[in-house]
Amino acid sequence: MVAAQQTGLILSNTETVPGRRIVEFYGVVTGNTVRAKHVGRDIMAGLKNIVGGELKGYTELLHDSREEATARMVEQARSMGANAVVNVRYATSSVAQGAAELFAYGTAVRVE
Amino acid sequence: MFEIVATLVLLMVTFFIGNWLEKRHYADIREREHRLREFPVVTFKTIPATWRVESSQLAQGSVVVSVDYFKRFVAGLRGILGGRIKTYEPLLDRARREALLRMIEAAKSDGCDAVINVRLETSRLASSRQGGKGTAGVEILAYGTGLRLAQ
Repeated sequence: MVAAQQTGLILSNTETVPGRRIVEFYGVVTGNTVRAKHVGRDIMAGLKNIVGGELKGYTELLHDSREEATARMVEQARSMGANAVVNVRYATSSVAQGAAELFAYGTAVRVE
Repeated sequence: MFEIVATLVLLMVTFFIGNWLEKRHYADIREREHRLREFPVVTFKTIPATWRVESSQLAQGSVVVSVDYFKRFVAGLRGILGGRIKTYEPLLDRARREALLRMIEAAKSDGCDAVINVRLETSRLASSRQGGKGTAGVEILAYGTGLRLAQ
C-alpha cells in the first residue's frame, strides 16, 4: 500500500473516487523529492550491471523517494481540508548527473 | 592481449549467466501471471455497472533493471549498424510485466478485487560515470486504482 494512504486520505488515479461523489474541489496539489544515490548502492549496482537483472538497491531507493513525494502531496491536500486526491500522476525528471526528481501531483477534493 | 582475453571471457560468462537469469525470471513471471489470471486489471476507468465499489486505493509496483555486459556489447554494435536491438526488448518486457505483477500482488494483499486505470511509466537512470551518458538502469512504474468490491 502507498504508505500515505494509511492516514485515511484516499488516493486515486481516476477522475473520481470510485463509488463516491465529489462535493468540493481544492485545486492541484504537488509533492516532490530530489534524490541522489549513495556510493555503496552504486558499487553494488555496478556489479549487478555486469550480469544484468533487477537492481534492488535502486528499486528501493526510488520506491522510498516516491513514497516521500506522495506523502508531501498528501500533506498539502490535508492542509487544504481535502479528504482525497484524485487523478494522481507520477513523473520523473533528471535534474543533475546522478540525481533524479520524483514528483507526484493530483487534484485535492472532498468526497462524501 | 590480456585485455582482449578478459573481454572475451567476460562476454562468454555474462552471456550464459544473463541468459540463465532471464530464463529463470520469465519462468517466474509466467507462473505468477498464470496464478493471477482471474484478477481483473484494466487500463480504462469505467467500472462495470454490476460492481458495487466499497472502497478504493492507489496501488503501485516498480522495478529497476539493467542489462548484462554481453547484451550491452551487442547493443553497442547495433548502435553502429543500426536496426532492431533484440537484446534490449526482453529486458523491458520483463521489467514491465514484473512491475505489473508487483502492483497486482500489492493490491491483492491489501484486499483489492480489481485494479482499474493502470498506467505504466518508464524512466532512465543516468549513470554517474561516463558523464551521465551511460545508463545505470531503467525504472518501470505501474500504478492504478485498486477497488474493493461489495459481494
